[in-house]
Amino acid sequence: METSIELSPAEGLAPSAAGWHDYSKLKVVSSRHPWRLVGSIFALLGLALVIQSLVTNPRWEWNVVAEYLTVDSVLRGLWTTIYLTAASAALGFILGALVALARLSKSPVLSSAAWFYTWFFRSVPILVLLVVLYNWGYLYEYVGLGIPFTDISFVKVKTVTLLGPITTAIIGLTLNEAAYSAETIRGGILSVDQGQLEAAASLGISRGRRFLRIVLPQAMRAILPNAFNSLTGLVKGTSIVYVLAVYDIFHTIQVIYNRTQRVLPMLLVAVLWYVILTTILSVSQYYIERIFAKGAARAAPKTPFQSLRSLVGSIAVEIKERATAKSAALGVKGGNDACDD
Amino acid sequence: MLATIDEKRAEIEFAEIETRGRAVSGSWSAAAAVPASARPETGRGRIEIRGVHKHYGAFHVLRDVNLDIEAGKVTSIIGPSGSGKTTLLRSINHLEKVDSGYIAIDNELIGYRRKGERLYELKEKEILERRTSVAMVFQGFYLFPHMTALENVIEAPVSVKRISKAEAIAEARALLSRVGLADKEDSYPNQLSGGQQQRVAIARALAMKPKVILFDEPTSALDPELVGEVLQVIGDLSRSGTTLVIVTHELGFAREVSDKVVFFDEGRALEFGTPSQIFSSPRCARTVEFISKLL
Repeated sequence: METSIELSPAEGLAPSAAGWHDYSKLKVVSSRHPWRLVGSIFALLGLALVIQSLVTNPRWEWNVVAEYLTVDSVLRGLWTTIYLTAASAALGFILGALVALARLSKSPVLSSAAWFYTWFFRSVPILVLLVVLYNWGYLYEYVGLGIPFTDISFVKVKTVTLLGPITTAIIGLTLNEAAYSAETIRGGILSVDQGQLEAAASLGISRGRRFLRIVLPQAMRAILPNAFNSLTGLVKGTSIVYVLAVYDIFHTIQVIYNRTQRVLPMLLVAVLWYVILTTILSVSQYYIERIFAKGAARAAPKTPFQSLRSLVGSIAVEIKERATAKSAALGVKGGNDACDD
Repeated sequence: MLATIDEKRAEIEFAEIETRGRAVSGSWSAAAAVPASARPETGRGRIEIRGVHKHYGAFHVLRDVNLDIEAGKVTSIIGPSGSGKTTLLRSINHLEKVDSGYIAIDNELIGYRRKGERLYELKEKEILERRTSVAMVFQGFYLFPHMTALENVIEAPVSVKRISKAEAIAEARALLSRVGLADKEDSYPNQLSGGQQQRVAIARALAMKPKVILFDEPTSALDPELVGEVLQVIGDLSRSGTTLVIVTHELGFAREVSDKVVFFDEGRALEFGTPSQIFSSPRCARTVEFISKLL
């Protein structure tokens, strides 16, 4: 292909006496990205195919999906899933925060204990953990409160009466979640500049307030993406509780399709609910991150709604500008007179 | 004995600063500094440093440092990088613990409480209480990035001194206008230039009404163009009766504004004297060499 560039002095572009060109009247053509267009077409094509097959293939049995989506037992299972997720995420993060603080403590005993905790619960498969906890009553028939290493005991309860399936599930998920969130939180705390602590200390701000007011809000920026990552993982991870015969949404769905043999549409029901839960989490993540982005960016990032509005606005402005540019040739001011004031 | 610190301390009134000459010129106007003789004699914040040693592992950072920093005066610490200037400053604020020797501000030992012939190590709470009388301005500013300029200034008065928020805000606004940033109270640190951030940091330090303000290379992280505005503010403070200790590489500024200058080298306070002594007729060859390189 011929690539020579010809510099012909176009109309009004003849070099001035001093040899300077005036480029200000030339039209700017933005660069084209043909492969982007090809990629986008393929992506849209793929999406269309997926939608078409989902809609037209009768074996997805959308009528069954619709029938079971809001059936009582499914909603009860959904509630159990939400309840398990919320409880073990909340408790897990509280415990995780304590473990993280212990890990960062100057006391070698606390910090090794915290390290050991994380090491242990990240090593044990959650399935094994749940089964062991469920059999705690077999391992230790009674749990009680007393003075260690003596026979004195204040309360003594049969273990099986304390650890029902739901309680066991929450404890197991919490212990597991805490091990991971401890590391997430520790990472966030470490990401805050040491100078922040010194500045706060030099002002006489107390240790607790230094952590809550100065470090934590800054650490949250690093903690949140990972925390929501493990939270969305937990939403689906709760399905492991089928081993305890807890009827979360997934276990409920399994029971239904074992009876009705409508496997795929029932799985679609589960997927739809998981998608809805994840969507809620993702949207709230976006807004929560915005809160903690305060001061991090020069200008607060726009919400999707705001950016849509400004996009529409800028298109309108461009259309207007093009119209005026056509009707009136722009006068160009020459010279470098910005300093004359 | 601790409770009396606050009661004893005179409220330090700062002279109002005109916003003269706070232009973007890099130069610092010497007119802002008050001649040493015109400064109040009875300011609080006398710092005694006796036989201080400090090691970082095998590295001997401070070697037998002895200094008397007079109350209400401006003392600059100059010297090559790594000579221990910053470490000494941090020790005065108990951000570092010295290995031996002691530092006292107005006869109160840093880090210890004296009872008869014994010294008891202070608890965290007592350390914090004493720190409120010593403020520090850092090379890296360390403003709290998630708070506006105003929130940065009121944070410590509200949480440590427990003064009402309205009162703290009124004082903070006065301080921000004193450093020439009255219009920036709602800006986040990220939206301010380095010089503006450092001026907010100075306002934040002043908000605690300290006896002593320690400046740790306050202009070293700034563009040459912005150095002047920060030095201007510090120069204005020099007449306030607060004890200022300034670690700096701005020798011209140190000469103009200081009552005393300390030359530090290899962990020792090699020379201590008036600016004219240190800059015009230094005794040590090391001082001559250092000053001739920088001036």
